[in-house]
Amino acid sequence: MLLGVLCSGGKDSLYACGRAIEEEEVACLISVRSRNEESYMFHTPNVHMVPLQAEAAGIPLVSVETEGKEEAELSDLARAIRLAVDGHGIEGIVTGALLSVYQSTRIQRICRDLDLWCFNPLWHADQERYMGRLIDSGFHAIITGVFSAPFDATWLGRRIDRKSLAELKQFSEKYGITLTGEGGEYETLVLDAPFFKKRIVIDESGAGYCNFRGIFRVRNARLEAK
Amino acid sequence: MILLVDLGYRPDSLPRDEFVNPVARIVEGAGISWRYRHYSGFNKEELPGICGIILCGTALKDNGFLEHPERFTCLLESPVPVLGICAGMQVLCQVFDGVVQEGSEIGMTNIRVCRPDPILPDRDSFQAYELHSRACDPPPGWITLAVSDAYVQAVRHPGRPYFGVMFHPEVRNEHVVEGFLGICRKKP
Repeated sequence: MLLGVLCSGGKDSLYACGRAIEEEEVACLISVRSRNEESYMFHTPNVHMVPLQAEAAGIPLVSVETEGKEEAELSDLARAIRLAVDGHGIEGIVTGALLSVYQSTRIQRICRDLDLWCFNPLWHADQERYMGRLIDSGFHAIITGVFSAPFDATWLGRRIDRKSLAELKQFSEKYGITLTGEGGEYETLVLDAPFFKKRIVIDESGAGYCNFRGIFRVRNARLEAK
Repeated sequence: MILLVDLGYRPDSLPRDEFVNPVARIVEGAGISWRYRHYSGFNKEELPGICGIILCGTALKDNGFLEHPERFTCLLESPVPVLGICAGMQVLCQVFDGVVQEGSEIGMTNIRVCRPDPILPDRDSFQAYELHSRACDPPPGWITLAVSDAYVQAVRHPGRPYFGVMFHPEVRNEHVVEGFLGICRKKP
């Protein structure tokens, strides 16, 4: 089955992509770039990195922009999916949705209306088990945004590894954050994945942080042989 | 031991991640062991040593299981408690001569309890996550436990511990699965 993967550049969408590659054929990544920083559906601090990730994976990219108004961005998503159907013949969509009924409901409805399959391989997965598998299977994901107490500025740009996962687990137990960041507590960017043919190297970046909110923005990056 | 039956289009395919594994997590959380079986390998040989069967849901477009009713005929004779979730309720409905027809709901939906039952919340109504493209008219004699504005949402067999729910209890209604597991534990 030919599938398109909705890709924000973060760990969940790219892990879901990896699962889809294991089971089916991924024909393209689909990216919706929102100009609205408050977008419920699509905003991530480094969505501009998705084209480089697609190149690293050797997978074509279908990308559209949206102003990010709440319901209009859904029609922009449907437009992106239709482009992927027309351009790559996809029969279904894959998302990295973990717990968000809001996102899942809307994407499932779009797929129903377009007569497409919809797969969410991380849906209600055990969060700790998933994070462990992400690390152990060779994903290199860094934290590119923090939006909650008790994250301080040292988290910006930090790799998700066993040590940081142990600290995230403490935060989860003490402060109630979701371990995966599904509640919007943090955002991630994937620099390498088992299915990437090349890895991403960051040459220039900038970070801003104030009152438990901060963003790590990649300004320049390139691909490097693995 | 609970038998989790995968109704997805292929053994260990993407629907297993989404519809079987979350149920397995609830079963594990209740301290009960489980075994996985795709419906293509489901038969009465599976039943010894099993205290309950959960027929899990599958993707919205995945209706291939309905083309193989012969796979599920052992349910006609089994004394083991059964919970059919969404696609699983459609299987129960088909096996026991109910009607499965077009009917879609997606997203959080208000469910009204018509008849209180240990597997349902102890309230007049509750919110539940729906993801189905087919709906059921219950088999003759089965008891309707709950409905939405559009469709029957929960049913039970008049004499056996067989239950069907059209909503997905693994999303925000885990207690429905836990209630079923409680029935499995009590069954001699």
